[in-house]
Amino acid sequence: MSAAPVLPKLVGERVKRREDPRLVQGHGTYVDDVKIFGLRHAAFKRSDVAHGRIRSIDTGAAEAMDGVEAVFTGTQIAEFLDPMPIGTPFPSPEHRAVATDVVRYVGEPVAVVVAADRYTARDAADAIVVDYETRPAVVNPEVAMTGHPTVIHADFDNNLAVPLVPSGTGVSPDGKTVDDSVVDKAFADADVVVSQRMVNQRLAPTAMEPRGVVAHYERGKGTMTVWSSTQNPHILRTFVAKLNGMGEDEVRAIAPEVGGGFGAKINIYGEEYVVSALSKRLGLPLKWTEDRSEAFLATIHGRDIIGYVDIAATRAGKVLGLKLRLIADVGAYNMLLTAAIPTLTMLMANATYDIPAIRTTLTEVFTNKTPTDAYRGAGRPEATYFVERGMDMLARRLDMDPAELRRRNFIPADRFPYKTQMGAVYDSGDYAKALDRALGNAGWQELQRERDAARAEGRLVGLGLAMYVEVCGLGPSASLPTGGWEHSQVTVERDGRISATTGASPHGQGNETTFAQMLADQFGVPFEHVRIHHGDTGVVKQGIGTFGSRSQAVGGTALHLAGAKVREKMAKFAAALLEAHEEDLVFEDGRISVQGSPDTGKSFAEVAAYAYVPVPLPAGLSPGLSEEAFFEPANNTYPFGCHISMVEIDRDTGELALLRLVAVDDAGNLINPLIVEGQIHGGLAQGIGQAMIEEVRYGGDGQPLTGSFMDYAIPRAADLPRFELDATVTPTPVNPLGAKGVGEAGTLGSTPCIVSAAVDALSGFGVTHVDMMLRPEKLWQIIHGGQA
Amino acid sequence: MIPSAFDYERATSVDDAVARLAAAGGAGKLIAGGHSLVPLMKLRLNEPGTLIDIARIPELAGVREVDGAIEIGAGTVHHAVATSDLLRARCPVVAETAATIGDPQVRNRGTLGGSIAHADPAADYPATLLALDAEVRIQGPRGARTVAARDFFQDLFTVDLAGDELITAVRFAPVRTAAYAKLYQRASRFAIVGVAAALDVAGGTVRSARLGLTGALSHAVRLTAVEEALAGRPADADSVAAEAARAGDGLSDLNADIHAGADYRRAMVGVFAQRALRAALARG
Ligand SMILES: Cc1cc2nc3c(=O)[nH]c(=O)nc-3n(C[C@H](O)[C@H](O)[C@H](O)COP(=O)(O)OP(=O)(O)OC[C@H]3O[C@@H](n4cnc5c(N)ncnc54)[C@H](O)[C@@H]3O)c2cc1C
Repeated sequence: MSAAPVLPKLVGERVKRREDPRLVQGHGTYVDDVKIFGLRHAAFKRSDVAHGRIRSIDTGAAEAMDGVEAVFTGTQIAEFLDPMPIGTPFPSPEHRAVATDVVRYVGEPVAVVVAADRYTARDAADAIVVDYETRPAVVNPEVAMTGHPTVIHADFDNNLAVPLVPSGTGVSPDGKTVDDSVVDKAFADADVVVSQRMVNQRLAPTAMEPRGVVAHYERGKGTMTVWSSTQNPHILRTFVAKLNGMGEDEVRAIAPEVGGGFGAKINIYGEEYVVSALSKRLGLPLKWTEDRSEAFLATIHGRDIIGYVDIAATRAGKVLGLKLRLIADVGAYNMLLTAAIPTLTMLMANATYDIPAIRTTLTEVFTNKTPTDAYRGAGRPEATYFVERGMDMLARRLDMDPAELRRRNFIPADRFPYKTQMGAVYDSGDYAKALDRALGNAGWQELQRERDAARAEGRLVGLGLAMYVEVCGLGPSASLPTGGWEHSQVTVERDGRISATTGASPHGQGNETTFAQMLADQFGVPFEHVRIHHGDTGVVKQGIGTFGSRSQAVGGTALHLAGAKVREKMAKFAAALLEAHEEDLVFEDGRISVQGSPDTGKSFAEVAAYAYVPVPLPAGLSPGLSEEAFFEPANNTYPFGCHISMVEIDRDTGELALLRLVAVDDAGNLINPLIVEGQIHGGLAQGIGQAMIEEVRYGGDGQPLTGSFMDYAIPRAADLPRFELDATVTPTPVNPLGAKGVGEAGTLGSTPCIVSAAVDALSGFGVTHVDMMLRPEKLWQIIHGGQA
Repeated sequence: MIPSAFDYERATSVDDAVARLAAAGGAGKLIAGGHSLVPLMKLRLNEPGTLIDIARIPELAGVREVDGAIEIGAGTVHHAVATSDLLRARCPVVAETAATIGDPQVRNRGTLGGSIAHADPAADYPATLLALDAEVRIQGPRGARTVAARDFFQDLFTVDLAGDELITAVRFAPVRTAAYAKLYQRASRFAIVGVAAALDVAGGTVRSARLGLTGALSHAVRLTAVEEALAGRPADADSVAAEAARAGDGLSDLNADIHAGADYRRAMVGVFAQRALRAALARG
């Protein structure tokens, strides 16, 4: 009898993240930890005006400083660096990594210094004198759309980045013909229509680690290595190679530990292009590390969409039609995905409801603010917010329980796959189940009694509820210009340990743990014997990256498929060794043995060793155990859930306290519920932050007013209640794991459910909607009769 | 986030610090916890030539009793004040004030002396020192002097302290019936409005009251109108609170920023004056 321990099955277990011990003990290697002999440091001179023409730049004093090697203005850089690439098909204004002529937001680079150390670089940047002919700035998108007081890009009349795009019922797939009759009829037939303008305010992603890049062009070899705090090193490699006139074989991109991204590190930034181009030009390794002040200005912002919501319904609460007119403030330029993000808001307008007629329109507008791009949820939290706040207003108008209104409009569980008016095909869902579970966990009726009792005492207590469905697991290549697949290679090493690579480059998602759980189960080996490699194009052959909650659904599936190939080959080697049929073999407890007779078997390591020294080589087999797989899903996944909150507002101060947050999230099958909960906790914190305390503010002159954490609030642990989490499990048919994705979910339901709870608490004051963030002063004004 | 170059020296005693300040001329700057100064240096709003570190001068740290009064060394960090047994027993309002400052990192580095020397309009200590009628003890090349807190805080970031002087301590007569109440700014945790109230209660009557206000104006002030109205009133919570409800009414030039407008701040002065007074009475 073998004395091998019985290994637990790990998929579905709450395995602690193996990444954490090194990260919390300070043993992680981040970009700023990368040191190379001869490393030089770059600093950017940035515009301090929101809009202006550069009259002149005096770099003399900077160049004369000890330790300064070079100073480049935008015009000089433009001589050897093309404009920044855009990843969407929308027409976009030329965007130079360093401005050559006109600056369009505070923080836009105008020159760059290369110096022996970071301090000197910064001193020299300060010594550069820029003379601007200032122009009027515009920060309000609805003003910008009039073309006054300024036009930011010459070829974009009225500052329209994307002129009105219609979508939904009666719109042809190419968007060219629009038939409004069905939508008009829905509104004509309605007993009630609720209408509201809502603002989904601008947020700063504020990853704990700001951005950073080190580029090392090695003249002798003609190759470049770029370390960057990015979510997608392979995409970075593609673009850095392209802009430097190099082949992808000549560039290696490395994302070492990445201290959070939240979508903001999908974009490829000007600093990445400039630092790599200067490294190549000067033949020196070069580093730039973003400081926090820069991060608030120069890293993309998220959200900033105005939604005009109209919902038409019958008296019985059946929704007949929805109109959603969106105006997205994209800031000063289109970045990699900027223009596409608000289209996801349109795509998800059907929400969890069987709404038969929907008209959405989208207009994107340039303003003199930092460009926007993907921020956790990227377009879907906005859709959820608009529709769920609208549903809440409808429930209030009909005097109907908000849960009951939802129930009457859900897409029934037997209608999946369900094609929405927006053209999405929801893969699977059971919305009533998630709602019922959340209502049960919250004790909805008891909560309502508690609220009413509190109100009778004069307390301002409110309840809110929101459903959500999001689009995740992005997605077929038809929907992503980068390609919508993921790649993995799984290798059983000579000693029986397993190395695997994934192109889904994690930055907090815990893939090193979840993916190792999967392979440990697949091969019946100890978790400790599996290592996941990622974030280095020199090691990971191919990949897209981590965004759109895709790493498990797409990256995890690629890993699973690669693993299955290796297992199949290994079974053939084992069959030869054991003189058994491969289909009779089981991989268990570190052994490969014949089903039913565990003594007829070999250790996993013995079979691995044989595969690498195959004497004799079984017929039809080549040596080695290393296989790769690309996986492209046929569709996205559509996770969903229900969030419920209870809030209390201090009558005297307007301060809002979040008393309870109950969430039921359905992400399909879960590989590691502990990590899933961690993802939900973080998402909830950011969703709650948006509802309560976060907002990027600008003065009318385009000067940022929230340039540091002293003015831009993010939630602290003490601001948050104990989260009450639960899950329903509705697997997706889109991938063999049945996993949907969960990275963004927390940001979707929490935000509208808190605002709805606040409106509920304030309903005695005749309020039907309050825009975020729920600043105490704003709520106090409602309570005390002032203007909201 | 990168300061300009500076020299650094560490002072070993108060006299040494004063001597080093004098030697450095106008270019010298004291640094204690660095939690107001270093952020300014990183933003290059303050570019001192020589930093003179006073954080490790033993005589500057600690909370002690002197002739029936309580003295807190200027170098005492907020955390030590917040957890001082002496203060909790004899004058809990001071410990309570310190506990509201920033977050644990700030409280373990930032000092009382640094806070009042810097005199941020939203800093917490000034309100409490005013309510306690504290005196600020100062050492300089011309010797030692003492200034009443109400004369010390003069304007925005402006106090009665010369560039070559050093705060050594604050001293006050302990008051048990005193409390501090604060509306937090959610990002920084500074006070949008903070009110400290100290009461002298005897025989069910308020004999005298002192209220210090921070956050609302360019600098911390005493709410003298409320103090006068309260003197001689019955010491029950509701009648005291009623007197304070309109505490903000007489104020002019209130601060207004993205976190709170002037009208709101004015209303909050009344709300937090009431809260401070109720809590003070509850300690009676
Ligand atoms: C994130 C954050 C949150 C904060 N939140 C709050 C808050 O909620 N409430 C609050 O009140 N404060 C808050 N602060 C400020 C904090 O309390 C500071 O620590 C304090 O204001 C300054 O003390 P320090 O010892 O750090 O002084 P330093 O920064 O070292 O010095 C500040 C100034 O005082 C001078 N100085 C220092 N010591 C002396 C002395 N003994 N004599 C003469 N001059 C001296 C220095 O020269 C300098 O000009 C916060 C700070 C931060 C960074």
